Amino acid sequence: MSGKAQRRGPPRGTAMEPLVTPHWPRCGSCLGTNQPLPLLQFYSCELVLEEEGIYGDVTCDEWAFYLLPLDDDLLSMELPEFFRDYFLEGDQRWISTIARALQLLNSLFGPFTNTYGIGRCAKMVYEVWRELVEESEGDSQARRPEISHVFLMDRDVDYVTALCSQVVYEGLVDDTFRIKCGSVDFGPDVTTSDRSFKVLLNAQDKVFSEIRNEHFSNVFGFLSQKARNLQTQYDRRRGMDIKQMKNFVSQELKGLKQEHRLLSLHIGACESIMKKKTKQDFQELLKTEHSLLEGFDIRESTSYIEEHIDRQVSPSESLRLMCLLSVTENGLIPKDYRSLKTQYLQSYGPEHLLTFHNLKRIGLLTEQAPGETLTAVESKVSKLVTDRAAGKLTDAFNSLARKSNFRGISKKLGLIPRVDGEYNLKVPRDMAYVFSGAYIPLSCKIIEQVLERKGWLGLEEVVRLLNGNEFAPTEPVMEENPAWEAQRVILAVFLGGCTFSEISALRFLGKEKGYKFIFLTTAITSSARLMDAMLEAKV
Amino acid sequence: MALELTGKEERVIPLRSLTSPLVCLLCCRKFELYSMAWNLKEDLRDCLVAAAPYGGPIALLKNNFRKEKSPGSRPLLEIYSASGVPLASVLWKSGQVVQLGWTASEDLLCIQEDGTVLIYNLFCEFKRHFSMGNEVLQNHVREAKVFHTEYGTGVAILTGAHRFSLTTNIDDLKLRRMPEVPGLQKLPSCWAVLSQDRVTIILLAIGQDLYLLDNTSCSVVTPPGISPHAGAYVQMAVSFNYCYLALFTDTGSIWMGTSSLKEKLGEFSCDFRTPPRQMVWHVAELWTLSGERRFILDEDSYLVPELDGVRIFSRTTHEFLHEIPEASEEIFKIASMAPGALLLEAQREYEKQSQKADEYLREIKDQNLLAEAVRQCIEAAGYEHEPETQKSLLRAASFGKCFLDKFPPESFVRTCRDLRVLNAIWDYQIGIPLTFAQYPLPAEGWCCRWIRLDPLREGVVCVASAGTRAQRPHPSVTPLKSAVTPQMSLALGIRTPGFHVSPGKSPVPCMRVGELRLAETLGGGGVALLFYTVVLHLKNELNRGTFFMTLQKQPVALSLYRQFCKHQELETLKDLYNQDDDHQELGNFHVHSSYSSEKRIEGRVAALQNAVDEYYKAKNEFAAKATEDQIKLLRMQRRLQDELDKPYVDYSLHDTVYGLILDGNHKRAEQLYRDFRIPDKRFWWLKIGALAEREDWEEMEKFSKSKKSPIGYLPFVEICMKHHNRHEAKKYAARVTPEQRVKAHILVRELDQAADAAIEHKNENEMNLVLSKCTAATDSSVVEKINRAKAQILKK
Repeated sequence: MSGKAQRRGPPRGTAMEPLVTPHWPRCGSCLGTNQPLPLLQFYSCELVLEEEGIYGDVTCDEWAFYLLPLDDDLLSMELPEFFRDYFLEGDQRWISTIARALQLLNSLFGPFTNTYGIGRCAKMVYEVWRELVEESEGDSQARRPEISHVFLMDRDVDYVTALCSQVVYEGLVDDTFRIKCGSVDFGPDVTTSDRSFKVLLNAQDKVFSEIRNEHFSNVFGFLSQKARNLQTQYDRRRGMDIKQMKNFVSQELKGLKQEHRLLSLHIGACESIMKKKTKQDFQELLKTEHSLLEGFDIRESTSYIEEHIDRQVSPSESLRLMCLLSVTENGLIPKDYRSLKTQYLQSYGPEHLLTFHNLKRIGLLTEQAPGETLTAVESKVSKLVTDRAAGKLTDAFNSLARKSNFRGISKKLGLIPRVDGEYNLKVPRDMAYVFSGAYIPLSCKIIEQVLERKGWLGLEEVVRLLNGNEFAPTEPVMEENPAWEAQRVILAVFLGGCTFSEISALRFLGKEKGYKFIFLTTAITSSARLMDAMLEAKV
Repeated sequence: MALELTGKEERVIPLRSLTSPLVCLLCCRKFELYSMAWNLKEDLRDCLVAAAPYGGPIALLKNNFRKEKSPGSRPLLEIYSASGVPLASVLWKSGQVVQLGWTASEDLLCIQEDGTVLIYNLFCEFKRHFSMGNEVLQNHVREAKVFHTEYGTGVAILTGAHRFSLTTNIDDLKLRRMPEVPGLQKLPSCWAVLSQDRVTIILLAIGQDLYLLDNTSCSVVTPPGISPHAGAYVQMAVSFNYCYLALFTDTGSIWMGTSSLKEKLGEFSCDFRTPPRQMVWHVAELWTLSGERRFILDEDSYLVPELDGVRIFSRTTHEFLHEIPEASEEIFKIASMAPGALLLEAQREYEKQSQKADEYLREIKDQNLLAEAVRQCIEAAGYEHEPETQKSLLRAASFGKCFLDKFPPESFVRTCRDLRVLNAIWDYQIGIPLTFAQYPLPAEGWCCRWIRLDPLREGVVCVASAGTRAQRPHPSVTPLKSAVTPQMSLALGIRTPGFHVSPGKSPVPCMRVGELRLAETLGGGGVALLFYTVVLHLKNELNRGTFFMTLQKQPVALSLYRQFCKHQELETLKDLYNQDDDHQELGNFHVHSSYSSEKRIEGRVAALQNAVDEYYKAKNEFAAKATEDQIKLLRMQRRLQDELDKPYVDYSLHDTVYGLILDGNHKRAEQLYRDFRIPDKRFWWLKIGALAEREDWEEMEKFSKSKKSPIGYLPFVEICMKHHNRHEAKKYAARVTPEQRVKAHILVRELDQAADAAIEHKNENEMNLVLSKCTAATDSSVVEKINRAKAQILKK
């Protein structure tokens, strides 16, 4: 797939051009036609250039920064700031950008006939995109869509999944080394040399593509198997005659060498991860997370978190655990809320008062309101939803902390798989494998359910608990050609970022159901990135 | 330099004073502004004519002089733009008009014979009238003059009784009757209004005598140095700024001097004697003397003095005559070697890709005159009328700028912007031939005029947006306030998102503009645009309170504005929260500034104290308490810093205590532990960590025995092993609770004892754990022991 960013508008900025005709885009008609006014994006840049008297010396070209193809099935807008901007600050300036990105894909691979989604931002993007489609109506009709299904989801629909420690290889690599824009810097401890290597992690890397979606516990076994295979391939050269040898060297050796290099890098990475993660601490951490997800031993988990804070293990990890506790429990009980915050401030300084304020506003770390029953909150929410205009405007920054209702949702959707005996991570039976069989990622489960039901029918209760804002195609879905159905391609759009675990889970789902998922996200995220976006730190 | 327009020959004669010893060429040039669009049938001399300064409109009253008053031949009042585009006309139905004149705000004054002054706006719509008093009414107006002073627009009247009446400001009417001129039996041959030291006086000539009339007296004056044979004065002219005076006598001689009549600048005689019909001053300063030069006007024309030149219009053309500014002269003089001229040449060669560009540039640079060259080019561009010439000069400046370090861009930027505006309004359709020198001054008038006329006309939009873009308040903001109706502002808002006006006092329509844009941007994108334009301009134009109130109604804009403030204008952010009584945010704001902007401890404490107050107001006791603690901590840290001479400020409580223990200041650490009610567990974790890092094993042991450990003793074991002290670790391994014993023994690598403990617990998991740590080579006895125990358990 090519998400080639397109350059629009003629190159401009010949010297002194603005002198005679004031350089102002003709936007007299923009109200009527709703043109996206590309030139205006430059307004402030131009102002600065002009202010410095070098306007004519500089040529401005717009690179519509839509989509970066990071992998065969992964498009990122590389807008990590979107999460904070939209969900915390209520800044909606990226919405049209995302809608235009959608429209670009729609015109290349569409028409998207079945568009589902949930979340307020998703809805706004959807509406803007619909307008764009109506404007360009006429072209790109009646052809077989390569992508027919789209699912849009806001990050705040499911914070839980993003807050969990990742245990799938790609997720672990991200958590440990931070994958940036599809590549990772492996330091000297991984490369076992004195330099670090920048490695592209995508489907081109044959070793990586086989282990990326695997649970970490399988990865080592796989790698050693691979190493043995490689060795036998090398060994074949014994007993070769000259001709065969020539063939081997000219054709296979390079590939083997390449594979060899990658293999040793991944083994190095695994060792480094093992060193960090297989310590007892990590096991206990996972245990705590799992009990939080399942909702028992809350007291014990709370004291674990407290100790975590007291010992200054890691500021963002502690914060993450607090948030996970809050989101799964629908807010902390007032006593814990105060004491954990106090502890945290003592450990990491008073500026985190602001961090806590951010977390409260975004709904990641809240207090269970003693007087307010669930229904009272719900009626408030529904009031906001019905008053569409008000809802649209006040949502993202309204201080009403949203209830996550995780427990209820988890029960309704069966997110905690019942396991008899050990969960077989080698041959996973559902998406829960990405969290060691303890939890099916909520976001992925919603997508699965909606696709299966071709809409939200039967999920009313879940939708209510998720605070609404769902949408589905308004016209009845056409009966699809079974031949198309067989290779259905679904565009999963995550507004506010998605994690590698979610990607792995959906890849797994695709394999099971015979779909192919394409991911479009504002950025790759992880628990650490979410926390970083909320942290107020001294500069 | 004075210009005359003679009655018969219709020549414009630029004259210069004769006294200066310097002789230089008279450098005047004339360019055509417009060919007039009006289709004028009448001669200008048959009409009453008034043209507003600063490229203003032209008013004509036709048929005024005809005596017969048949309805078909009523006078017709017409107003044209400077390019002759008709703006409005009205049939004149009132009395006989003696004089027309324009006010500073471009209203037309029509002075009638009976002393009534009627005020019309640009569109010939009647605004109001006032009377010049009974005396005038009785004796009739014989002559009238409209003049401008710092007080406003004034009117001076000469009545049939040969008396003068005047008012200095028609908006604040105070009539003054000037004292009688003794022996004045007929109309003075000529007169003028002067303004000296804020006093308005009248200078009049009767034959060979000059009289000066002020409020109370009349005195005879003689211009210094005038030749005795000069003859009778027949015409006089005062310069634009009232500084200079020129007198024309019936012998054809001209005297020039300061208007105070104290200094003579020059005198010469010309070859004609008929008094010129019009005589006007040109530039404010008189320089040099010269010979004379004539521009022969072949047509019946009218002169309009301007600040920096004279506009001359006739039935067919409109021209501008001005002295060539120094910068232009330097550059465009033939074979000029001035730095600006060289730079222009260099740039041209550069465009031709010729190496000569470098030679020229070197020549300038060698003399170290590049900055001067750039300055000249920029300045000269301002005086040019043709966009092409402007461009080539600015291009040269831009080119030269590249070779200069830190040449301040302001003049360049300002010139570009101003020219952009000027070029736009020079447009034929708009017809405001404002020059660069006049541009900053008359904002009040010209912008209103065109906005009023047709808000949707492209040119206006250009002007407005260009003005707004430049963020220069004068052309766009102030005058528009009074000129624009809500509908227009709406229209404008739509046309030009950057442009925005607030009509009158009501901000509502403006916000409607915002809303419209908002609705669109929500849908179509460009929120940032909305923000930078509408919101920021609203901000500049409304007062703060109103601005914030309006923002409140626009949550999206508000949130953007908040974000903007967070980055750009923190103080505004505070005001914004104040307006909302958002005490929580105010508290946060102060906390933020306590560590971001405040450097001194006192300042930080003060900021935090503010935060505490706000948090209490917000009923956020938690935050208030936490902040109070922080104040306490800060003070403590400063004391520690002073006493121990080590940095403590900026550390968290935990880190502070840790640091103290690390330095062996146990007493102080204990004190903080008590003062801040640090939980026991934290304190223990923290203390053993610090002690281990300090390798103060003795103190650790003492501490472990001070009371029962709230965290158990396993952490002691762990921390000792982390610092590779197995010996110490063993001590604590013996003290851990039975449940943790296996773990502890494994940690200190005493597998045998670990096995014993596990066997004692009869815990298979623990046994397996021990087994997993065993290596066959060294721990065979342990393995054997466990296996035996396991077998035994199985048996049971």
